Formats: sequence, C-alpha cells, structure tokens
Amino acid sequence: MELLIIFISAAIVNNFVLSLFLGICPFIGVSNKISSSLSMGMATTFVMVITAVVSWILYFKILLPYNLKFLQIPSFILVIASLVQFVEMVIKKVSQPIYRSLGIFLPLITTNCAILGLALLLSMRNYSFWESIFFGLGAGAGFTMALVIMAGIREELEMADVPEAFKGAPITLITAGLLALAFMGFAGMI
Amino acid sequence: MKKQISYWKEFSKGLWEINPTFKQVLGMCPTLAVTVSAINGVAMALATTFVLIFSSMLISTIRKLVPSQVRIAAYIVIIATFVTIADFVMKAKFPELSKALGPFVPLIVVNCVILGRAEAFASKNNPLRSLLDALGNGTGFLIALTLMGSIRELLGNRTIFGYQLLPESFQPLLIMILPAGAFITLGLMMGLANIYMNKKKKSEIDSVISKYKESKATFEESKA
Repeated sequence: MELLIIFISAAIVNNFVLSLFLGICPFIGVSNKISSSLSMGMATTFVMVITAVVSWILYFKILLPYNLKFLQIPSFILVIASLVQFVEMVIKKVSQPIYRSLGIFLPLITTNCAILGLALLLSMRNYSFWESIFFGLGAGAGFTMALVIMAGIREELEMADVPEAFKGAPITLITAGLLALAFMGFAGMI
Repeated sequence: MKKQISYWKEFSKGLWEINPTFKQVLGMCPTLAVTVSAINGVAMALATTFVLIFSSMLISTIRKLVPSQVRIAAYIVIIATFVTIADFVMKAKFPELSKALGPFVPLIVVNCVILGRAEAFASKNNPLRSLLDALGNGTGFLIALTLMGSIRELLGNRTIFGYQLLPESFQPLLIMILPAGAFITLGLMMGLANIYMNKKKKSEIDSVISKYKESKATFEESKA
C-alpha cells in the first residue's frame, strides 16, 4: 500500500514535469510527435528505475557509511552518465529494434534534470530500497504521461492560428500551464 | 583570424541578445520552479552565476590540456565541484533559502546554461573573455529570474521582496504562485519579448528602406 502511494504520488499528484518542474527541456524539446515522445518517455522510465537502484546503493551503502556526503553531486552525475552509456551499449548488443527506437534519446537523458532530481530526492527523503524503485517507476510513468499528453496537444496546435510572436516555446509553455492546472485537480487525492 | 569583438560586447550580449532564458531557452527547470518569490529567484540566479563564472574560467584555463573525447565528463566534474561548494555555503549561511530552493541548488549541475556556455564559449576562448561571457550570461539569467519572481510574487502575494506593494483590497491571484502560474507567466513573458524584438527588427528594416529611398532620390536629383 505504501509503495502504491509513492508510485501514484510521483506519477500523478506530484508529477515530475508539471508540479516539480523536472525535465522541462525534453518536455519542450521532444514533445512534437506522440510516437517519439512515447519512446523518449519509455527510455527515461527505464533509466530512472536503474538510476533509482544504483543511486540508492551508492548513497546509503557507500557515501553515508563512509561519511562521503560531500561527494554526492559529482558521484551521482558521473554514475548516471556512465550508466546511460552502459545501458546504451547493452541495448545495442542485445536488441537492435529497441536500440533503434530508444537509442537516439539515451544521450539526451544524461542531462535530463529529472534523472538527477530523482536521485537527489530519494536521498533527501530517505526512501527504502523498494520505495526508491517504485518512486523511479512512478516518476517515469508521470514523465511519459505528461510528455504524451503534451505531444497530443501540440499535434493539434500545429493547425491552430497562433500569433506570430507566440509560436514555438511561448505557446508550449502556456499550454503546459493549462495542463498543470488540470493536474492540480489530483492534489487532494493523497 | 576573425575580428575580436570588444570586451564590453562580450559581457553585454548575455543580457539581451543571447539571454539564456528568453533567447536560448536554456535552464528552464530552475526558472520555473524557484521563482515563487523574487528573493528565491535572486538567490538561485546568484548561485548559478557563481558556478557559471568559476567553472567557465577554470574550463577556459585548462581548455588546451583536456582531450576533446573526455571534455564533457571533465566539464561536468568541474561544474559539480563548484555546485557542491555553492550548495554547502548556502546550507551553512542561508539555511532557510537553501530549504526553499530544495533540490534545485544541487541541480544547477545539470543546468544547460552552464554546460552550454562551457561548450560553446569557454572551451574556445581565453579566461578573461570567458569570465566576461559568464558574467553577462549570469546577469541575463539574474534579470530573467528576478523579473519572473517579482511578477509572480506581486500578483500572487501582493509583495515584492517581502515589501507590500499592492493594497489589501487586491485579491491575490493564487494561481501565480502555483506551478501552473509559472508556465503561463514565462510563456507570456517570452511572447512579449518576441513581440518587442519583431517590432525592433521591423523598424530597423524600415529605416534601411527609407535610407535607400533617400539615397536613390538624391542620386536621381544629382543626375538631373
């Protein structure tokens, strides 16, 4: 039950993109087409779960016991960067179709602040091992959901008559604002 | 060798021409997340500027020593070091601000503005120019964040930097300090900035056309 609450809270109530503002860059950059945003979301979810596992071990089993907390930021970012590289190599070796659909998004994920944010948040909140995994899953699901909804809206927006100055990023941000407003409806759920 | 632009230009281009927020659309996450109040925006921007200045200078100093294959990793470690310093200083000196900014101080490390400037500028220019470029971009970021924070605080809480500016009779717009307000404010600000830029561009084109017409008229006069 506890795990389910963490999952739903990360996915819907405290959605990473729409209420914590993590991962805005890919949210604005990649959310043009539903298909590509779905791939991006899945790749991110995948990396998020692995990051949750690895950074939990790193933080609670290595950094804290040996009193190395000041190395948290550099070690997290290095571990995430090498992890993404490693995942990319494994996927390339194991399955070509998956690599073709997710591969190009993997390098982008390294600089996605949602990943590092996830690692930092789970260390701040002192989650247990399983809680961290569900937190990662929920965050990934929420990220994917926000990205796909946004892509759906933007595909329609292509046809809309937007004022010249508001084309591109400004109208996307305003749309995201309305979407965030809608997500606020979930606020009292937990 | 291409002509070197002046030091002043190196600094001032970051303020508006390539403003990190409005023109490059980089570093959106902190811009949206921490600008609930003006003071938070200023604190965030100052922390980012600190990291930007020192990492730019260091990266520019060692730019000829780092092999290009591992440069991104090297940059990230340098940036992470300065972020750690900023984070610890803020925790020790301004614990309340540090709490309000939450994970966003450590997240400066993935702020694309910093890596963007390192890759696009500091890795190709000398430390002095990198310092000016970092200062300019940092100031541009500071302007954007202060503006965002002020607008949101004023409309959502009637105050700027804690000083009440709007009368009690003004009903605060709660939405402005909620996440949705952040997106909408930034979207409107970017749109308005674009309108201003388009107008300026148009007036420049108009002035060129009128000059052309003038010179044509004088030319024809002289011919006659």
